[in-house]
Amino acid sequence: MSTATAKTELEGVELAAPDRERLAALLVGQGRPPRPSALSASLTFGWRAMLKIKHVPEQLFDVTAFPIMLVLMYTYLFGGALAGSTEEYIQFLLPGIMVMSVVMITMYTGIAVNTDIAKGVFDRFRTLPIWRPAPMVGYLLGDVLRYLLASFVMLAVGMAIGFRPDGGVLGVLAGIALLIVFSFAFSWIWTMFGLLLRSEKSVMGVSMMVIFPLTFLSNVFVDPKTMPGWLQAFVNNSPVTHLATAVRDLMEGAWPATEIAWTLGWAGVLLVVFGSATMRLYNRK
Amino acid sequence: MSTELAIETTGLVKVFGDNRAVDGIDLAVPTGTVYGVLGPNGAGKTTAVRMLATLLRPDGGSARVFGKDVVKDADAVRSRVSLTGQYASVDEDLTGAENLVLLGRLLGHSKPAARDRAAQLLDGFGLSEAADKQVKNYSGGMRRRIDIAASILNTPDVLFLDEPTTGLDPRSRNQVWDIVRAVVDHGTTVLLTTQYLDEADQLASRIAVIDHGKVIAEGTKGELKASVGSGTVHLRLRDAGQRAEAQQVLTVALDAEVQLDADPVALTARVDGQSTEQGAAEQAGRALAELARCGITVDNFSLGQPSLDEVFLALTDKKGVAA
Repeated sequence: MSTATAKTELEGVELAAPDRERLAALLVGQGRPPRPSALSASLTFGWRAMLKIKHVPEQLFDVTAFPIMLVLMYTYLFGGALAGSTEEYIQFLLPGIMVMSVVMITMYTGIAVNTDIAKGVFDRFRTLPIWRPAPMVGYLLGDVLRYLLASFVMLAVGMAIGFRPDGGVLGVLAGIALLIVFSFAFSWIWTMFGLLLRSEKSVMGVSMMVIFPLTFLSNVFVDPKTMPGWLQAFVNNSPVTHLATAVRDLMEGAWPATEIAWTLGWAGVLLVVFGSATMRLYNRK
Repeated sequence: MSTELAIETTGLVKVFGDNRAVDGIDLAVPTGTVYGVLGPNGAGKTTAVRMLATLLRPDGGSARVFGKDVVKDADAVRSRVSLTGQYASVDEDLTGAENLVLLGRLLGHSKPAARDRAAQLLDGFGLSEAADKQVKNYSGGMRRRIDIAASILNTPDVLFLDEPTTGLDPRSRNQVWDIVRAVVDHGTTVLLTTQYLDEADQLASRIAVIDHGKVIAEGTKGELKASVGSGTVHLRLRDAGQRAEAQQVLTVALDAEVQLDADPVALTARVDGQSTEQGAAEQAGRALAELARCGITVDNFSLGQPSLDEVFLALTDKKGVAA
């Protein structure tokens, strides 16, 4: 592996010992710049997320290969049975499966937060005189890029197997934009769990418990009309259903004002509730 | 004393479950000095430092850094302190240079200024060649250096070093010591936690010894040593049969209690250089001469500082020295 060779290389390097006079020179005569703005600090943490993607590109697997797999699997698995043909079904399924995949992908945020905290670097961030939520916002800015990547990968696969949205470029972009906004707000659930739970495994376990019912018990795969009444009550009021309907309508060229309002309302509630819970935990930790 | 206090704690307490990790610690650290906090694993050193660095909220008592309360005025404290933790406080996935640029930006430097400062620091710490390698590939000594470099990106008024040399080889350890000395020469106050008496002795001007979350002794190095005895004599005899006789001779010559070690040819005695006119080395020299006169062959002899174990034994024997 490349990392192994890098290690031996570094061990071979005979590094110069730090020189006392040069060290002394490092310490004198530097003024303290004013503290960065909330936006600047958040963007810097977003840049950190980009650097991590650059150094560990494998982490993009879950926003590329995984969504492709989901699109192909569900289209060919259910297409014939549910809509008569895969071409028919993809028109209905693609916006929904996009919603489901991106909402599922948000859970990796919690795992990233959790593994980071176990390392010392978090202590460094927490002792900096910066806007307190900046490290968390930075994570999510990096994740927004991942969500975008996943959305466009799925769109491309969908188009390749026959997805033809009536809403055109604008409708599709509006749908994706709404999905990203919702996912950003939804991710705060995971930053909270990332801070709350002790190990990566438990974060994973809890995430699955939340994400599977929430995404599957929705109108992503089928129209809820055939479901029993109690389930319909849940499905019709689930934020994922509102989001999936709004995205589907936008991509079809309609303007689903009510569903958009519901989605943004949910996003606002999630952001306020889980954002403040996250920051409470972050300050306590 | 007229000097301003850099750090002051009164009755600081932190409880985890039913473990009182820090159990009422009072510290007064004068500005511009290295203050050593000495104690074994689990004594509460790290917990105390984390409270001072605003990472943990105290459950009782108070702590102030330059007069600012670490809870109520946490942001003001954060702008004046830096922490180098026991585990590297840098991002292992990023390169050394990226880590420093990231921090520079977070401390409010412009991008070019952050890059310049990063290059300066990497150069000064002898890390230029590793600048573009991920930190996860660094050796222990290099990690510690990049970590300290990150801590002095803006020269802090107080630098917390939590066991900065644990796990380092002697050469890297000496380099870290040099860095600490340079930082203090500049006027930064350093609070150093360590398990090694030697390290506290090398760097610190005042030392607090803590155990089970409490300060069991505090004072200058001189005061502390006086309370413990200035050294320990270790002897290895050629013939185990002579050990009992050697013990008697030494007890008289050193005027101290002589312990028989688990090793059948070894003896240990604490030399209290302060109680007599002579220094510890002189006292030990006489004892050796006395052994030779009695025909006891000594294969190996050393006079060293008391180990941390011995310090603790001595301190728990006579509680509350110089406190």
